[in-house]
Amino acid sequence: MRAARLTLGPLLFNWPAERVADLYRRIADEAPVDGVVLGEVVCAKRPVPARALAEAVERLERAGKEVVFATLALVMQPRERRTLRELVEQADRRIEANDATALALLRGRPHLVGPYVGVYNEAALAVLAAGGAHRVCLGPELSLDMIGRLAAAALSLPDMALEVVAFGRLPLAISARCYHARAHGLHKDGCRFVCGRDPDGLAVDTLDGEPFLAVNGVQVLSGTHASLMRDLPALRMAGIDRFRLSPHSGDMVAVAELFRAALDGRIDPAEGQRRLASAFPEARFANGFLQGGAGKFWLDQRAAATVG
Amino acid sequence: MSGRLTLVCPAGTPAAFDAALEAGADAIYCGFRDETNARNFPGLNFSRAEMRAAVGRAHALGRHVYVAINTFPRAGRLAPWIAALDDAVSAGADAVILADLGVLSVAARRHPGQRLHLSVQAAASTPEAIGFYHEVFGVRRVVLPRVLTLAEVAALSREVPVETEVFAFGGMCVMAEGRCQLSSYVTGQSPNTHGVCSPPDDVHYERRGGEVRSRLGDVTVDSFPAGRPAGYPTLCKGRFNANGRLSHLFEDPVSLNVIEQIPDLVAAGVAALKIEGRQRGKAYVTRVVGEFRKAIDAAEAGRHNRPSAALAAQAEGRRSTVGAYDRRWR
Repeated sequence: MRAARLTLGPLLFNWPAERVADLYRRIADEAPVDGVVLGEVVCAKRPVPARALAEAVERLERAGKEVVFATLALVMQPRERRTLRELVEQADRRIEANDATALALLRGRPHLVGPYVGVYNEAALAVLAAGGAHRVCLGPELSLDMIGRLAAAALSLPDMALEVVAFGRLPLAISARCYHARAHGLHKDGCRFVCGRDPDGLAVDTLDGEPFLAVNGVQVLSGTHASLMRDLPALRMAGIDRFRLSPHSGDMVAVAELFRAALDGRIDPAEGQRRLASAFPEARFANGFLQGGAGKFWLDQRAAATVG
Repeated sequence: MSGRLTLVCPAGTPAAFDAALEAGADAIYCGFRDETNARNFPGLNFSRAEMRAAVGRAHALGRHVYVAINTFPRAGRLAPWIAALDDAVSAGADAVILADLGVLSVAARRHPGQRLHLSVQAAASTPEAIGFYHEVFGVRRVVLPRVLTLAEVAALSREVPVETEVFAFGGMCVMAEGRCQLSSYVTGQSPNTHGVCSPPDDVHYERRGGEVRSRLGDVTVDSFPAGRPAGYPTLCKGRFNANGRLSHLFEDPVSLNVIEQIPDLVAAGVAALKIEGRQRGKAYVTRVVGEFRKAIDAAEAGRHNRPSAALAAQAEGRRSTVGAYDRRWR
């Protein structure tokens, strides 16, 4: 079986520059991840922590980690298109495309595809490969069965690797409207960057008071944290070698260490999940999409059967 | 019909199809009775025979039929989508409306002469994205995502090498379509892959004291005073608590209505106006299509048109909005 690789996904939240710098310093120095995706995926209005990112690139690469830049998930305005074009034109950078605008600009040149591009079947994967994609991070709503079929299809393409999001709140929707601003009685144009107040997103509860979703600017995230820790053996069997961890305000070095240990067979995935839960005591975990059901649920029959 | 605004109308049933023809639709869009289309609700859509017959009736009147095959096939299950493509083409569809990269590539290869429209489900929101679908698959028209302002629609329509079609009336998605996984997060069924948002099998209404709660799966979406009509629990139209207050966080239960903006849309260079509502009945189709026919004819003759109150009655929650066409919506 090929070596499993871990990627730290793009930071989805609007954190202050110093916190961004701290995250990547720790990741570069301590986390057993093979690659890191940088770049603003959610909102082009947010201030770019340019100094922190420049330092992060340097430090991550020095630590031997692959650095990739992700593009905005919903591109609409001329300014956003210009920024995207500038990013793509820096030929030395590896780019992860998150919408068809980026796919258009990257066509014919090697690139990656992020989880915001819907890839549900072999024919779609082949179209992306023909355009120059050599790695695709699959979207959250795919079942293990679909993932296995796509992994088999990837083998028949000349150069294609698949990645699956294994930890963190899942991106469920994106809009032109800013819900963070709306929750504060504001509009997107005068948003006062209220999304910066919630380092893991703003909790959205049902009117019965049940936790449900999280709002992150124009993005809607799952209220639960996905964890595919217990599903790692099944995913490896299905042909997946790459796993993505989505940054949160908790200890991401610990998350990376637990996933690394489970992938290397140093801890049992069930034990890994117990430790993950104690590192994130507030989180409710879910893996329902992988099991072919509703994404919000924690279903462990199949994982339990595989792990024994 | 080039140069004129095409009125594109929904039909969930053959009866609605005939109502749309009668009321003055230039084109009608509909789908087969399975998960290949984004309105896969029980009792809706067309058998193969019904589709062939409907195309015949439309063509006899010089009208067009677009077949929506606009969901995303799951890996290993492409066959129903290929069958839908083949059957739409052989039924004489004037266009097929597609969203998935894989289905688009199959269509371009198997049916090179067939006119392809890009579904709103593909969420192509920039000239680059639209150019991609045009260059790679030969797409000739794009249905624009419901996230753009009127100014953005105008700028885009000038810049792209294909026709643009925009939503003019009906239920409104507030999220970028084809990219929303809220329904599958709660029910396991997604508009993207199963063709249903907030599927009816998962809908429950529960009486609690003086209230009725509408629920989707195990999630309470809204509550209504008992005895008052309870809305359908579409997740993005529900009331939720955030930042210490209960509100329609994502969108109020309103309908899109741009009948008063028709002259602006013509000036913006859009080729077609689309009415949402394949899940709605014959009466809705007759009323809404009739009103839009009058308004478009008036705009083309340079006359002022006063929309009737009858249209407002068809709106969800009886309230309407111009939605994302107005920048302040954001």
